Amino acid sequence: MPAEFIRILIGLVAVAVSVGLIGLVMVWVERKVAGHIQRRPGPYEVGPNGVLQPLADALKLVGKQLFMPDGADPILYWLAPVLSFIPVLLLFLPLPVGDGLMALDINLGLLLILAFAGLTVLSLLLGGWASNNKYGLLGAARAVAQSVAYEIPLLLSVLAVSFVAGSLNLAEVVKGQGTWPWNWNIMTQPLAFLIYIVSALGETNRAPFDLPEAESELTAGFHTEYSGMGFGLFFLAEYANMVVVCSVATALFLGGWQGPVLPGPVWFVLKVSLLMLLMVFFRWTYPRVRFDQLLTINWKWLMPLAVLNLLATSFFVKLAQFTEVRW
Amino acid sequence: MNAIKEALKNVSDLWSLMVGLKVTGRYFREPQRTVRYPWKALSNTDTYKGHLELVGGMKDPFKPRCISCGMCALACPSNCLTVVKRKAPKPTPEEEKALAEAKERGEKPKDKTPKDPEKFIYDFSLCSLCGTCMENCPAGALQFSGNIYMAGYSRNDFLFDLVVKMRESEAASPAEPAAAPAATSEA
Repeated sequence: MPAEFIRILIGLVAVAVSVGLIGLVMVWVERKVAGHIQRRPGPYEVGPNGVLQPLADALKLVGKQLFMPDGADPILYWLAPVLSFIPVLLLFLPLPVGDGLMALDINLGLLLILAFAGLTVLSLLLGGWASNNKYGLLGAARAVAQSVAYEIPLLLSVLAVSFVAGSLNLAEVVKGQGTWPWNWNIMTQPLAFLIYIVSALGETNRAPFDLPEAESELTAGFHTEYSGMGFGLFFLAEYANMVVVCSVATALFLGGWQGPVLPGPVWFVLKVSLLMLLMVFFRWTYPRVRFDQLLTINWKWLMPLAVLNLLATSFFVKLAQFTEVRW
Repeated sequence: MNAIKEALKNVSDLWSLMVGLKVTGRYFREPQRTVRYPWKALSNTDTYKGHLELVGGMKDPFKPRCISCGMCALACPSNCLTVVKRKAPKPTPEEEKALAEAKERGEKPKDKTPKDPEKFIYDFSLCSLCGTCMENCPAGALQFSGNIYMAGYSRNDFLFDLVVKMRESEAASPAEPAAAPAATSEA
């Protein structure tokens, strides 16, 4: 038991470090990609090609005074950013970075991720509610309606894959896939992959579904009133959530650490970075959808498609079991 | 039947998302269109309309062409110009004598007062750069400068005497009059 405990402790430290690093790198990547897409250089002053810019930004954020607006609920107001960041650390634990390279090897890893990802909504709601600010409240209301709606197709698409794999353990799901791209789950579950990616964008409040923080309508939405590291934690949590959804997508659909020639963790990081880059590209390509469009996409398209996909998958899984055909 | 058609159209419209990604992907690879300013400056600033400046005379490029008539100040809609005329120099005793003689003969005495202004106060913070002063100047003594690096720490930094400014530019420019840019342009 102590061995397991130490393993989790080491995992937590590694996760905390990597979340910080990922946050810094992603800020730089996001700004660079945005710059190049808009045909400007992006940050290039601080360090070679601006690589140290996020570090300078982080220092600035840490050094800033923490403000609380009049009439805000002090406990909930300060609880919200912490609450948004802490569960994220937990989400990283069951992610299989390599063969056997995971902090918490449990059967219900996928369930744990889905369950604790739901907590993010609560923190957004608390932050928006406790700010005593109309924009914050509007952002929070949007966040709840959006995240609750997008969790369902996300869950259904994930479920389809775990039906095929017969496990909720991410490592098992990865082991069920082969080395080459045509052995990955994306070949048997392309629809589930599409639904997952779209719902993941909605779930992490990334553009084009970034309505809770829609800067052109709500200044900054739920984190309007937050300054310094209060905002920083929300920001970090958003990027960490992106990494989590991309990692889960990699493990479920893209064969996780499996790949030719290169070692497992390298493949995993490579696939996750590619998905992250895709998300960044989405943000700077697509305009933000209207709120009714957002919900229409979810309830009229993703949800029925996900249900149909799940039904078809379970039908074929049962059929395979009856006929003893492995596929 | 129509509902199915509409639904299918929605699906086929998803292709536009790919088109969008293609556009941003192309822009991502293309060279940047911005100039890294502090290290490189733009070259197309000739048409820039900066603050007003006085035009130099034909002979001396650093002596204002202005005749202190005050038409510019009269025409200015923002009242940002104040022209202060020079006082007539005190006549020497011989001149005074000559003046009195001329008066006896019924001649009009020649005005020895220099025409260029003593002060030309210009408040850039009020100026709307409309150019009415230039249009109303009978001597063509005003022009827009091409100074794009106008900056200051307080409002008073934008309240200056154009005559002083001209003298400063004389001090700053090299000795040869040919090198002075303000001399010949835009009379």
